[in-house]
Amino acid sequence: MNHADVGGREGYGAIISETESKLFHASWERMALAITLAMGATGTWTIDESRSVRERLPDYHSLSYYQLWIKGLIALLIQHGLVAEDEVAAGRMLHTARSVKRVLRAADVPAVLAKGSPTLRPANSTARFAVGARVKTLAAAVDHHTRLPAYARGKVGRIAAVYGPHVFADAQAQGLGEQPQWLYNVVFTARELWGEEGDETSTVSIDAWESYLAD
Amino acid sequence: MAQDHDHDDEHSELSDMELHVRALRTVLEQKGYIDPAALDVLIDTYETKIGPRNGARVVAKAWTDAAFRKWLFSDATAAIASLGYHGRQGEMIVALENTGLVHNLVVCTLCSCYPWPVLGLPPTWYKSAPYRARAVKDPRGVLADFGVQLPESVSIRVWDSTSEVRYLVIPQRPDGTEHLTVEQLADLVTRDSMIGTGLVK
Repeated sequence: MNHADVGGREGYGAIISETESKLFHASWERMALAITLAMGATGTWTIDESRSVRERLPDYHSLSYYQLWIKGLIALLIQHGLVAEDEVAAGRMLHTARSVKRVLRAADVPAVLAKGSPTLRPANSTARFAVGARVKTLAAAVDHHTRLPAYARGKVGRIAAVYGPHVFADAQAQGLGEQPQWLYNVVFTARELWGEEGDETSTVSIDAWESYLAD
Repeated sequence: MAQDHDHDDEHSELSDMELHVRALRTVLEQKGYIDPAALDVLIDTYETKIGPRNGARVVAKAWTDAAFRKWLFSDATAAIASLGYHGRQGEMIVALENTGLVHNLVVCTLCSCYPWPVLGLPPTWYKSAPYRARAVKDPRGVLADFGVQLPESVSIRVWDSTSEVRYLVIPQRPDGTEHLTVEQLADLVTRDSMIGTGLVK
């Protein structure tokens, strides 16, 4: 169950605005950000896997953002055997450490952030759809991590941009490797998505991998 | 109007979360998975170096440099990298041009995707369900919550960031700013105007 897929759903209350300088609401949030990024940099899991874990947390909607990160991080640490539950409870090491691919050193932080993790891959096929083509998105829900939001399933749109082959989030989240696919920007009218409730002149676009789309 | 955030436990006694996260950090350090000095650099980077002033400089340059503007709308990743902004959560960036006919609004309904190299860390509302749920279905209502009223003649294009492509809105340059320097123009560019939930000052 993906608890994070909220687009178009009702009942979440008011939007609470914030000033630009307000980055954190408690000092532990800074640490949550830092240890999550540092553990991500070990290369033990992918960003898609971490999203998949967070969105399936049963108490997703009762957790703040950085609480989600911490709970997701602990789940990943345990799944990958880096930390055991009794260590989380004890707050200290009780078992031998596993080796990790990399440890992010302070001196390397600027270069690692500046490089990022590009998902664009070389093309070894041609794009199936061209800009302007009419496409229909998959109608069926899937039982794994996906980046096709529920509100955009089974809808007719048109290709607005072709972004090249990118690492396929659905595959990578399941530990199945990168399996790159052509990625498109697909635009829908608000009326197509929301019927009469949709704004007459507004449009909504998603980025969709090729296997999300049919003629 | 959107409500102001008045809750702040920054200076309260150590909370359960504070203790919980400290304990986790201790385990990770003891096991050799993290370098404590790297944590400080990460925090400092996003508190003092990478934030929405980066994006504001991109916008101000786009307002004042026609060649850069053209480059920005054909290959934003490269154009923005030429100013030194690139990398994590901005590996591929697309710039969105606001005009008198189209207003762009960026959201990530599935999580919190946001162009970090140019805007820094996303604000809490951007990461929270109320904005993510409503932006795609009721963008005019969301804009009204942020105090933005657009004429009916302006169509809204909502961009749901469902891949690793990141979107940066380039707001319109206000009238009467011909005499301002690039630095003064950048000061007009708010974070929210680059998400699409606000206008320039």
